Amino acid sequence: MKKALLIVLFLLGFVVVIQSCSKLGPAAPKDEDLLDGPVEGLTNEQSRRFLAGDVAFNDEVFTPETGLGTVFVATSCGSCHAGDGKGHPFTTLTRFGQIDETGNKFLHQGGPQLQNRAIPGYMPEQIPFGATFSKFTPPANTGLGFLELVSDADILAMADPNDNDNDGISGIPNYGNLPDYVVPFAHAIEKTGKYIHRFGKKAAAYSLLHQTVNAYNQDIGITSSYDPVDVYTRLAIDPEISTQTVNDVVFYLQALKAPIQRQQNDPEVQNGRMIFDRINCSTCHKPTLKTGASSITALSNVTFQPYTDLLLHDMGPGLDDGYTEGTAKTFEWRTPALWGLGLSTNSQGGQYHLMHDGRAKSIEEAIQLHGGESTGSRNKFIQLSTLEKNALIKFLKSL
Amino acid sequence: MKKLITTLTVILITCYIAEAQIDPKLLKKSTSDTAKKSLNMDAVYERPFIAVGKLPVALGGYMEANWQHSGTDGVSEGHQFQFRRMTLFVASTIGKRIKFLSEIEFEPAEKEIAIEFAALDLELHPLLNLRGGMIMNPIGAFNQNHDGPKWEFTDRPIAMTQMLPATWSNAGFGIYGKHYNTNWMFGYELYASSGFDNSIIANRENKTFLPAAKENSERFEEMASGEPLLTGKIAVRHNKIGEIGLSYMGGIYNKWQDDGIVIDDKRRLDVFAIDFNTTLPKLNTFITAEWAWINVGVPATYSQQFGNKQQGGFADIVQPILKRNMLGWQNAVINLACRFEYVDWNVGKFKETDENIGDELWSIMPGISFRPRPQTVIRANYRIQSQRDLLSNPPSRTAAIQFGVSTYF
Repeated sequence: MKKALLIVLFLLGFVVVIQSCSKLGPAAPKDEDLLDGPVEGLTNEQSRRFLAGDVAFNDEVFTPETGLGTVFVATSCGSCHAGDGKGHPFTTLTRFGQIDETGNKFLHQGGPQLQNRAIPGYMPEQIPFGATFSKFTPPANTGLGFLELVSDADILAMADPNDNDNDGISGIPNYGNLPDYVVPFAHAIEKTGKYIHRFGKKAAAYSLLHQTVNAYNQDIGITSSYDPVDVYTRLAIDPEISTQTVNDVVFYLQALKAPIQRQQNDPEVQNGRMIFDRINCSTCHKPTLKTGASSITALSNVTFQPYTDLLLHDMGPGLDDGYTEGTAKTFEWRTPALWGLGLSTNSQGGQYHLMHDGRAKSIEEAIQLHGGESTGSRNKFIQLSTLEKNALIKFLKSL
Repeated sequence: MKKLITTLTVILITCYIAEAQIDPKLLKKSTSDTAKKSLNMDAVYERPFIAVGKLPVALGGYMEANWQHSGTDGVSEGHQFQFRRMTLFVASTIGKRIKFLSEIEFEPAEKEIAIEFAALDLELHPLLNLRGGMIMNPIGAFNQNHDGPKWEFTDRPIAMTQMLPATWSNAGFGIYGKHYNTNWMFGYELYASSGFDNSIIANRENKTFLPAAKENSERFEEMASGEPLLTGKIAVRHNKIGEIGLSYMGGIYNKWQDDGIVIDDKRRLDVFAIDFNTTLPKLNTFITAEWAWINVGVPATYSQQFGNKQQGGFADIVQPILKRNMLGWQNAVINLACRFEYVDWNVGKFKETDENIGDELWSIMPGISFRPRPQTVIRANYRIQSQRDLLSNPPSRTAAIQFGVSTYF
């Protein structure tokens, strides 16, 4: 009888454990607290492509046997974009050799990107004597699919190259040539054979395919059918990654959700949002843009809140590193999207590394580093009361 | 692989035929109590074997199977049923003071059949024994004493499997010996063997990862560095206090020359470990702990993704709470247990920020086990784990409930 009771109790306990085990694990973070994850409404086929891209982006680690290097910056995509967020000084990359819109004079010496690491037995690249350089902290990946779908017409509508409205803010697109493998967008507006580029610190990448192929090649030293030239030997070699994988990663980047603003109903956040407009931050950090048509339903013809205009602006001598890309001047930088700003510390090791090279260790410091066209806004920020500053910072952290 | 399977099949058929032709009463079972006091270095022979008639070999083995449900940050793969491994031992006394023992492991998930140990032991004197063959490098204690049925937890210690390479064996030769004096035991081991290769700092784990070298089966024929890996251990035991072991493993690990041409700098690997185990008097609480430090020569021009220092270890506390006849089994035991684990795969600071590099893990795993016999364990654990990435971003949190069985046979 006692034995039977023991057995029944054991079986009962076993069933209870089996039934409740899914509740014993840690709860998932709120969606709004994560940068990664797909947009809603993907079809099953799209979800499979997203997952394939996710694995290639976050889990695929390259080794010398699978093509890493010979010189490189990072061993995987995920190394630079933890949780699809902003990067860390450890993975900040260096570009060198171009001082004006006439092009990079150091391409024959390994420009534009410095591969500052090398596999064992090899020496990494050095910045050639006489070359100016700039350091670029990896950006967050989230919402890039939305930005890719903003039409050229909309970008041009925000541009004011001659400052016709006399607000001190111009904004110009970065025009560049397309690599052979890039097909212009349906919405593309060509200008003397060049197209509006929109991704990267200097807006030097045209599309997510362009950006992805460049990153594989220049960051990891991985050749593809799109770009078969090895960064070390500068010779064409066999592809070290499949075209399908590159395409999957591009789809993954396109289908990443947009960051979700938190604390939207907090009065202080709402006040901060009004101050953001009042001191003209929103002149460049455009709160709302809209997409064109897409095969991904969630991306197609929607408005979204990235806080960027995708244009280049004069940011003053303090941020002029003497290096540039495309048709941008050395003091011009593309307005970075502010969405996801409040979650940056989750991917930057618990603290902020803001501005193009991570030099600002707080949002307040980043604002104070603004110069050039944004000098007026910076000065207005400095004149804000402590309460107003706190409200603005709280709003920015809610993004 | 085919040869191995054929050999195993022949051994098993021979045993079966031998058994069929003899009186079953002639089967001699060595029911070694796997909890008895001995040095960790004795673990390879401290196993239950069965001898069949006058067949010159004794057979044994163990198997491990688990169910688990784990989740990390709210994401779970659901219920998982795992057949971790089945291991066969074949031992033979070839002659007076000449022994042979082999351990062959089947791991279905890894699609791997591996010889973990196959060595000839020649005793010249209790303090001087020669061992040669496929030896198990005595770094720490777990590497030699890893049989599933000996432990109260379904998982092996993380530091000993994901930092040190558990069941790390190599072709090699060495000496070992023991000395007894009333309550005291002293043992030593010293081996020269094949070793590691470049994969420990160039692998898909994206970290310095010594277990990556296990995938290189070429080490059984040709070493990457051409220089022996030295492994040494001394252990002292007092029957009323416990056992403490100090071990070292090191050497050049990388391929620095090819066809006589120098192609790289020589880079060293050095591992130090300390292990301790004791049983507290009266309470019969069993405590076992192990900690290891690893130094790896990583080129300064390579990535700090691959650390040049690692450390980690574990401590198990096992408390028998009931020992009596249960469900018809004599002296069956129920234990409560808890394992504490820590691993830092990258000890150091970023050159760029002078801040600590992350890549570390903490885990606490309480559990309960039932041993109807010392050689068989039914166990349930609950793992709570926290892991930081390289940049020390907010840690991912994992919880897992595990149930498993493991037994010698």
